[in-house]
Amino acid sequence: MLATGLILYLPVLAEIVARRNLVKNIHIWSAVAWALLIALIVLVGNRRRLAEDWREIETIDSDDRRWLAGRRARQGKFNAGQKVNAILTVAFAMLFAVSGFFLWLGERNHAFIFDGTGTVHETLTLVSVVLVAGHLYLAVLHPSTRHALRGMTRGDVRKDWAEAHHAKWVEDERRV
Amino acid sequence: MRYNELVNDRAIGRAAFLGLVGAGVAGLFIGRDATRVIGSVVPAQVRNIVPSSGWRIYTIAARMPSIRPEAYRLRIEGAVERPVTLTLSELRALPRARQVSDFHCVTGWSVDDVTWGGVRFKDVLAQAGLLPAAKALRFVSDEVPYDDTLTLKQALLPDVMLAFDMDGKPLRRPHGAPARVVMPRMYGYKSVKWVTRIEVLEDDSRLGYWEQRGYDRDAWVDGSNGFTA
Repeated sequence: MLATGLILYLPVLAEIVARRNLVKNIHIWSAVAWALLIALIVLVGNRRRLAEDWREIETIDSDDRRWLAGRRARQGKFNAGQKVNAILTVAFAMLFAVSGFFLWLGERNHAFIFDGTGTVHETLTLVSVVLVAGHLYLAVLHPSTRHALRGMTRGDVRKDWAEAHHAKWVEDERRV
Repeated sequence: MRYNELVNDRAIGRAAFLGLVGAGVAGLFIGRDATRVIGSVVPAQVRNIVPSSGWRIYTIAARMPSIRPEAYRLRIEGAVERPVTLTLSELRALPRARQVSDFHCVTGWSVDDVTWGGVRFKDVLAQAGLLPAAKALRFVSDEVPYDDTLTLKQALLPDVMLAFDMDGKPLRRPHGAPARVVMPRMYGYKSVKWVTRIEVLEDDSRLGYWEQRGYDRDAWVDGSNGFTA
């Protein structure tokens, strides 16, 4: 969606590709598929687990605040950076969906063209490029954090790594 | 005590989340003003990092038109004394006009201080000679089926032109090369790109491409499509 979005947004790419309708359709239908996939995950997934994770993500405790201030602090299942990223990602996803929907609707009914629909959609895109680049770097390249990729794809991580990076989480899990 | 602490800790993340969503939704309604303010505060070097240069390229056909300058022809017909077909060099030989004007799109973006070079419609239409019944112009784009109209009165306003140059260089393909309408007082959909035919009409009721889809025919900036000054 980023690729098709950039083609729709940047004059240089628009000229090279020159097929706006096709690109637009791919962009819109991928967006619909993406929204349905998220709905499906919420619908058939482990909702209690998702709600627990979200509660943890929203909780920015004193350790997290210390961590964000650049000091060392013991972290839970999600470190403060991951929490901030997750909050941004969910908020952005909703705003992408809302502004994208009004971009689509405004073209069909001028009562729904607002002053800033495009601006919001574009600003989200520009910030997201930075976020995604940072996310990919930390997940795939950065030596001390890339082990987390295994957690995302396989569902487990090394114990010593978890103790070093997510000490409070290990503690909690032990207690259970 | 512990419980209270937990609730407050959670309030931080919750507030950040709701604040973001709220700001984004508010942005839908004030985005244009917000960008203006940001644009006037942020230095040009930083602004130039944003790669779109302010322009967005919207097309409606399957493919963006590509017209070689030497193959370009402008046909003028309808309520005229003698229908004519003009080449680009014939058009460029007409009295030259130059203007600096802002470009506003109905979808919320604007590009300020665009330098346009071209010819006034008075001089273009003189090539065919208007009949007394002439009332409006229909601009037909090479991007089929895009078209739009201006009343004769609107087209003859002093800052309306058929442009070949943008910011000192020949128009580039995404901007409607080799010739486009520039009507800075109205939203951009009236400024038809890749114009290959001007049909002189005897009545001014015809609707253009977007107007058939509900947009205002008289698309005055800040005075149409639900926008007010």
